[in-house]
Amino acid sequence: MSRFFSGLLRLRRGPWEMVASFLIALGVFMLMQPWIFVAFTYSFIVTLVGTVMFIAVSHFPEDPR
Amino acid sequence: MSETVMDRVAKATPTRVARRIKGLSDRAIAWIFVAPTIFLLLAVNIFPLIWTIRLSFTNFKANRPNLDVKWIGLRNYERILTDSDIWITMQATAHFVFWTLFFEVLLGFALAWLINRKFRGNDLWTTIIVLPMMLSPAVVGNFWTFLYQPQIGLFNYAISFVTGIDPTSFSMIGDVALAPWSIVIVDTWMWTPFVMLICLAGLRSIPDTIYEAAECDRASAWRQFWTITVPMVLPFLMLAVLFRGIENFKMFDLVVQLTGGGPGSTTELTSINLKREAFEKWRTGYSSAYAIILFVTVFGLASIYVKALNKVKER
Repeated sequence: MSRFFSGLLRLRRGPWEMVASFLIALGVFMLMQPWIFVAFTYSFIVTLVGTVMFIAVSHFPEDPR
Repeated sequence: MSETVMDRVAKATPTRVARRIKGLSDRAIAWIFVAPTIFLLLAVNIFPLIWTIRLSFTNFKANRPNLDVKWIGLRNYERILTDSDIWITMQATAHFVFWTLFFEVLLGFALAWLINRKFRGNDLWTTIIVLPMMLSPAVVGNFWTFLYQPQIGLFNYAISFVTGIDPTSFSMIGDVALAPWSIVIVDTWMWTPFVMLICLAGLRSIPDTIYEAAECDRASAWRQFWTITVPMVLPFLMLAVLFRGIENFKMFDLVVQLTGGGPGSTTELTSINLKREAFEKWRTGYSSAYAIILFVTVFGLASIYVKALNKVKER
């Protein structure tokens, strides 16, 4: 867990990609879930942030460890 | 000494052309060859995408080209994301994508596993199973409407034969509860062979020596299946899920032919809804924003999926 956070602080690709993937998955789930309408309203912005983040962080360096 | 292909190509090049490209670096020649493709890609993919993004911020209507186009900012996105009908459409799409993928993967893998066993008539069965995939979706949609007919449909009679229910007592494409399942059944029928073929390629790529080594180590058939077959077929299976997932997310022709989005809007998938907004109501700006939302969703999903696929391949 501490490795994940230190990776985030040192701008490493792995942990940041994980955060971006989580945001995309969350956004898609919010878009298609049948329970909360407000979640549907904010789904696109979450997916968009995740997708843009995913593209950006794929240029970050890999963790050498 | 015999002539190489390169020598023959060099000789066949007309003198005028040869004189012109003489002195160009390899990099420049490579660019000359690649440029038409890049140009085509820009013209056919990138430019329309940028144009769609631009239109999504306007109130443009394609059937009224003389009307003033106003810049309305994020209003189209706001309208879409606060529309409960679109929310229901998204749920219908999620239901369709999830269940088709579930059944196609399950049945496709099971069929591939059975076909991979050596038995008489193996090739004939493969051909028969693959047949639905070769048909046009419009044709499939059309003839399944006949199969689903309560009075004359074979499907209803088959269900009646198995369960004893009166075949005229239910209508697969007319019932609100059954219609979403009717499109799942047809898509599964049509595209399970595709998943089967990809899984079959995966199964046939596993060397027999691995199973022989596992037999020497006295691994049970169950253990061989879970520790050899499944991990080695997984990248192929994931690829099949990626292809089918993207394809089903934008499913149009088959569902339009089968149910037309009905009854009501229970089977109205996003692509059908989008087409209605764009080419029946002519709300071009609005539908551009709708298309961008779908594009970002599919693009984001495909990105994380490709990452997962690469991880599985590395193992």
